[in-house]
Amino acid sequence: MFEFCAEPKLLDGFRWLACYLTTAKHGAFYASFGTVLLLLAIAAPSALLFGFFGALSSRSHILPLRWFGRSYIAMVRGVPDIVFFLFVPIALDQLIELIRHKILCPDVLEPIWQGNDFIVCDIAKLPLGTDPQWIHEIYGFGLAVLGFAIVFGAFAGNVIAGAMRAVPKAQIETGSAYGMTNRQIFWRILLPQLWVYALPGLSNLWMILVKATPLLFLLGVEDIVYWARELGGSKTSAYTYAHPDWRVYYFLGLLVFYLLLTFLSEKIFARLMQRLSYGQATMAGKTAKVLS
Amino acid sequence: MSCWQTISDYGLRSIGIGERLLPKSDITLCEQIVLIGSGMIWNVYFGVFALALGFVFATLLALGKASHNKVANLPARAFVFLFRGSPLLIQFFCAYELFVLLPKVGIALDLGFVELNAETRWLTRAWLGALIVLFCNTSAYAAEIFYGALQSVPVGEVEAANAYGMRGRKRFLRIIWPTMLRLSWPAYTNEAIFMFHATSLVYFSGFPAWRQSGDALYYASYFADKTFNPFIPYPIVAAYFIALTFIVILLFGVVNRYLNRHLPKDKRQSMKLKINLMR
Amino acid sequence: MKKLLITAVMTAVMAGPALADTIRMGTEGAYPPYNFIDDNGEVAGFERDLGDELCKRAGLDCVWVTNDWDSIIPNLVSGNYDTIIAGMSITAERDEVIDFTQDYIPPSPSFYAALSGASVDMNGGVIAAQTGTIHADHIAASGATLLEFATPDETIAAVRNGEADAVLADGEFLAPIVAESNGEMEIAGQIALGGGVGMGVRESDGALKDKMNKAIASMKSDGSLNKLIIQYFGDDAGTY
Repeated sequence: MFEFCAEPKLLDGFRWLACYLTTAKHGAFYASFGTVLLLLAIAAPSALLFGFFGALSSRSHILPLRWFGRSYIAMVRGVPDIVFFLFVPIALDQLIELIRHKILCPDVLEPIWQGNDFIVCDIAKLPLGTDPQWIHEIYGFGLAVLGFAIVFGAFAGNVIAGAMRAVPKAQIETGSAYGMTNRQIFWRILLPQLWVYALPGLSNLWMILVKATPLLFLLGVEDIVYWARELGGSKTSAYTYAHPDWRVYYFLGLLVFYLLLTFLSEKIFARLMQRLSYGQATMAGKTAKVLS
Repeated sequence: MSCWQTISDYGLRSIGIGERLLPKSDITLCEQIVLIGSGMIWNVYFGVFALALGFVFATLLALGKASHNKVANLPARAFVFLFRGSPLLIQFFCAYELFVLLPKVGIALDLGFVELNAETRWLTRAWLGALIVLFCNTSAYAAEIFYGALQSVPVGEVEAANAYGMRGRKRFLRIIWPTMLRLSWPAYTNEAIFMFHATSLVYFSGFPAWRQSGDALYYASYFADKTFNPFIPYPIVAAYFIALTFIVILLFGVVNRYLNRHLPKDKRQSMKLKINLMR
Repeated sequence: MKKLLITAVMTAVMAGPALADTIRMGTEGAYPPYNFIDDNGEVAGFERDLGDELCKRAGLDCVWVTNDWDSIIPNLVSGNYDTIIAGMSITAERDEVIDFTQDYIPPSPSFYAALSGASVDMNGGVIAAQTGTIHADHIAASGATLLEFATPDETIAAVRNGEADAVLADGEFLAPIVAESNGEMEIAGQIALGGGVGMGVRESDGALKDKMNKAIASMKSDGSLNKLIIQYFGDDAGTY
């Protein structure tokens, strides 16, 4: 990075540290903070979407759909999220390749499971074996995002289903008294108010999601935990920058990062809540009116 | 080997009783279920002790947070912020790395009836080190729940207690605390469920496994590693946790009914309504 | 299948850089000097140099991927990469699940490393090892107390901070660590484990195994493998 970094073994003190902290490996570490934020940015809205459909189907009039919705949003109450993370992405990966195998190479008759090997034809592999590494990484990241979205979608489903129940029944009855159809009631009465009732739960969920991001490294994504462990471990002179076990500093750094992230989120949600409850028939709504 | 034999060999393997060597080849479903179940002993241990000890500490923290005294208020706030604001996994990593830095000394603890020689090296073992982290973690979350409930204790009840001449500790223990507990119970139930789930993180926490005795996930990943099939051991873990969750809901439901017993039927709070409160 | 066969024959005939197959080489990246991530964030070490040379000789195009040790075999089997080249000892247990090429490092002793001056009971003390290694299996089977860690680095840290009496690992991994510890650590004993280090491939991947076997044999016969071993593991290392 700096020109005095050409001979790292001769450096000491501040210059050594400056060079050490600007290696390409540290660059990957810093970039992985972006990976975490990107995961949050994609996983949060997708989880919301999954949760929304989960909550809707749990209220469906169609029995199988209702059962599906209810068991989906109930699953997170029974099983820890990591247990899902340990096998859902592998299962998804194999499922996708299995489907592609059936479609793309119908004439391959050999069994897909040969002993322990899971073998699909070459063109059914996803990503293809010939694809460059970055496609593999994006695919792995995508699977991780999908895993997060499924698990946290179930959480969101709980919150949204609760919020749907919290919208006053009298308003819905008034709606049908005015001759609104079910669809109109949903779009005009239920949905606009839903967010106010769901927001405390959803902000809570965001916090849980933020605090679940260190689990990314379990999914094989090279995230901040992966790099902190890799960089912090003691290094012999096989490496350019030898140092003893420094993991504790890296982990404390991560701790500070997460504290900042949750602190900022809390502030933003408090603002948002104040704005959204304006004019609503809730306690917060009344005080908001008085204050303004 | 029959399944009964497996149960007697491996049923208590996670606490060091039974066969020393784990099954290596020709692993049966029975062996997986028994050993993972034996690992659940640790998950239950972590959950029960962290919750029981955390319950007391959380009450103190909630009082500290509600207090106007800065000496009580600030540390309580800082503690809750630290442990609620960061991921449990990172807390585990930091705690382990800090614990191993401690000098290895023995401290004689005189408990009156028995003299215990506590060693700081116990802190680097999961049974104590991970338990401390889980304890701090659940204390912070429960403190926040209790603090919220404390804020919504009806003023009327406190005024009535004042009118009867109750003060201080008596007023707190007889009036405020039971109401606080009743109001917070559904949310606290939820915290308890989360706590039991969080014990599954101990396996990834950096605390090493001793003598191949570990929690449910330790054995599950052992089997996933030996059989190269993750689709059997992990669902077994999931099934155990579902059962554990049901037991927690059942037990906490009994307490909830007890806390609400003095109220008229229509005013009792049901656990179901507030079940979507989360940590 | 016919189509596949034809392409296989064609690549065999016209094997050259232009038509090279892409082979994904899976390694751990945390086991210097075998394999590690250097300060540029690239896979480096003995196996990097060896693997690149083998790929060149076999006319394959190689990409390097890292994967945690504990899931390194499952991910090979499910096709996330095509080879394991991660200092993996050839054992009968692993051979049931995957195939190994011939060894590219001859069987060499594993070392116990401990703090200098400490007397270690190899069969009764607390010995650290990485989960899922032949070393962990050996300790579990001996009378010693096994202390398991997910990464090799943590096992060393455990000895340094007094958690474990000793660590058991490949000699080539421990030797430089002990040498650079300024007398803090010493080799407390050694033991012969495993049948040499080989490259792991899927059992269904016979063609790749043959190619790699041929490349390893050619490196053994012209002495370039010995040169590489001495370059990374020192003059005392076992050669062919």
